[in-house]
Amino acid sequence: MNALKFDPGICAKCETYDCLMKCQYMDFDLESAREERWKLIRGEDTRILNDCVTCYACEEYCPYNNHPFYLIVERQEEKGIHPVPKPIEKSQIKAMAPKGVIAPMKVKEPVINMCYFPMMLGTIRGKLFEGASAIVGSDIFCNLMYLHFARNSVIKERLPKMIENIQKNYLEPSGVKELICYHDECYGTYTSWAPAFGIEVPFKPIHLFEYLYNRLSELKSEIKPLNLKVAYQRPCSNRLSPEIDHFVDDIFGLIGVERVNRKYDHENALCCGGVFEAQQRFDLMEKNQTLNVDDMKENGATHCVFNCPFCFWTLSDLVSQKGMTPIMMSDLCHQALGE
Amino acid sequence: MDRIFERLADIVGRDYVSNAAEERFIYSRDGGVQMPHEPDYVVLPNTTEEVQKIILLANEEKIPVVPMGGGLVLSGLSIPLKGGIVLDMKRMNRIIEVNEKSHYAVVEAGTALGMLSAYLNKHHPSLKNSLPDAPPVATVAGNIMIHGSGHLSQSEGGFHSEMVTGLEVVLPTGKIVKLGSCSTVPYWFSRAPLPDLAGLFLGWNGTTGIITKVGIKLFPRPLLNDGLMFMTEDVDTVPDIMFRIVNTEMCEDLTFFITPKPAMFEGFQMTIISITANSEKEMRLKKEIIRDALRGYYESKEAGFVPVPKEMKAFLLEAPQKNLSAFADVRKGGGFEYVGAIIPVEKIPDAYRAGLDIAAKNGITYSLGGRMIGRGHSFMFYFAYPFNRADKEDMDRVRQALDDTNHAALKMGGIPWKAEVSGQQLILKQMEPSTYEFMQDIRKLLDPNGIMNPGNWEVNP
Repeated sequence: MNALKFDPGICAKCETYDCLMKCQYMDFDLESAREERWKLIRGEDTRILNDCVTCYACEEYCPYNNHPFYLIVERQEEKGIHPVPKPIEKSQIKAMAPKGVIAPMKVKEPVINMCYFPMMLGTIRGKLFEGASAIVGSDIFCNLMYLHFARNSVIKERLPKMIENIQKNYLEPSGVKELICYHDECYGTYTSWAPAFGIEVPFKPIHLFEYLYNRLSELKSEIKPLNLKVAYQRPCSNRLSPEIDHFVDDIFGLIGVERVNRKYDHENALCCGGVFEAQQRFDLMEKNQTLNVDDMKENGATHCVFNCPFCFWTLSDLVSQKGMTPIMMSDLCHQALGE
Repeated sequence: MDRIFERLADIVGRDYVSNAAEERFIYSRDGGVQMPHEPDYVVLPNTTEEVQKIILLANEEKIPVVPMGGGLVLSGLSIPLKGGIVLDMKRMNRIIEVNEKSHYAVVEAGTALGMLSAYLNKHHPSLKNSLPDAPPVATVAGNIMIHGSGHLSQSEGGFHSEMVTGLEVVLPTGKIVKLGSCSTVPYWFSRAPLPDLAGLFLGWNGTTGIITKVGIKLFPRPLLNDGLMFMTEDVDTVPDIMFRIVNTEMCEDLTFFITPKPAMFEGFQMTIISITANSEKEMRLKKEIIRDALRGYYESKEAGFVPVPKEMKAFLLEAPQKNLSAFADVRKGGGFEYVGAIIPVEKIPDAYRAGLDIAAKNGITYSLGGRMIGRGHSFMFYFAYPFNRADKEDMDRVRQALDDTNHAALKMGGIPWKAEVSGQQLILKQMEPSTYEFMQDIRKLLDPNGIMNPGNWEVNP
């Protein structure tokens, strides 16, 4: 059921092994990368399984879209590896389980999928989201976070029902075809993970950044340039949709914000550290957070812009302590509209 | 005209004495499930001398006297079992002195812990007092009298009664005595090096005298606080985990909870480690030392530190904790009751299992948890059960659960804390007979007319 669309033939022809050679958390030379990669493909023990920090980045590094990260997660689960301590894993699976309380509701475009972040609903307001319907809750939660727990099985089990819930309760009865994904995690689920596992997505997912760019373009005359220098904290799940990254620059261009040129951005972005904490990699968490935030500050950022609420919660204190303002992308856009 | 009422009014003023039915009703009960008993009079004294006069009158008239602080004990210790006078101490709420250098405060007995805390915040921000997980109106004297504990009990030496530096007491005969250094010099710094008489009034539930002033230890207030949450699935590992954490000497408070709701906590045990520091560097170091102490557990993946969102962390670290108040309304009737048993640390798993069994047997929900007392010297384990005040059967079930819990606590080698009268009787039945006789001899000596909170600490009340 829902087998990963992975082609070992593609890896056989690969000469660069970017999936491992570019990894920021594991060191390989070309020979060892090839060797470990093939152990992984054959289902043998390999240090990749225990050392992978589940940053999602190899999904971006693979030039052939052959899903190296999803394969790692598949193998981790097959071998009973638990990147996160078992009680925490079980607790999270329970906590985020669908409550089965969803009911049909008429929605109007644009429909904003807030995933399982009810506390973020307040940002769906003002001119930016005029007339929008927001949907949220455990019954539409993409569940992609279980990649960090090496539990693809949970996503496989829950996601089809979540998709059906969204389609049957909200979109289909209202004649809506598009779903704006507030969180990168949802967008990555529908555009990357679901196709990789052969799960059909009946609606068209739109990334929040694309929506924001288009909406700000419509409201261009009302924008007051912010004249800020900001650092962008790229979330792990944006690795599943790197084609979206240009919208960050496009939005910043519209609202008069400069994305500081720094070491840990774009393909070299660092994890916020929240996942490392869950995986009990505390030294790595502290080291990365320090490198990341110092890099923001040293390159002149006055603000740090987030799109992932989890990254925001993880890093906002440290960012503030360094004298910068942590802010969500949607709130930055509200500010540019004077709201 | 009621002669006693008039004499009480002469002592405290007419505004501060009552025998009205509505007052007697209110003072006949507390927030728990113990049966109500009405007092004949409610009196609010303003000075030690007024307390003294009331005690002299009570002796003359052979009227019981029951002292009351915040009235929050839930086990009926300020319910006047044999009528008489409830002595509500809340007017005596003056903060008399704070000695910064010697780290103590002297307060009147009705001073609320929250009031002392707010006063220190404002006037002595480098110091703080230990706060129990009770509403802020809980009083300093009430808490020491029942051997209460608080958020500094792990790091700063134990029960609040162990933080007492001196007492002023009106004895049951009306004599006013000072205990500790304040009996000899103008300072309230310590109970040592004098013969320690304070124990005659700590843990006695007001049966040996009325505490009117307290010297209480204060502690440094570091600038930062943070916390870690360690999650386990095997309760048998908890005593060792606690042992390791305590031995780092890096945490301020060490608590533990188990709850069936929300679902993410059901079936797991959560150990909360509160840490204070004066710099980020110090905080990081303390966290690192604590994490290292538990490295074996989290590397095995059988337990681990839970990433806690900032908002939830603030909730977990607040002192006093408000979540038990919210828990009180789980049954939508606004009541909860608990047995806090003081147990050996190694008995935490037994207490956990007993709590689950008792809740299941009585068909009630629960919240279990506790706090480390001293540097791993004992553990206050609470078994809390919510109930609906409007539902008599619900209250009966909780009453039965309390009784079951008292039995279980004693059986496992613990002792019910601030036990209700039936719980006190269970304790006394298990107590060495000579110890019980000694207690009664002391009471007779101090209180020849038996006026002080009669019914408490008696085998046959």
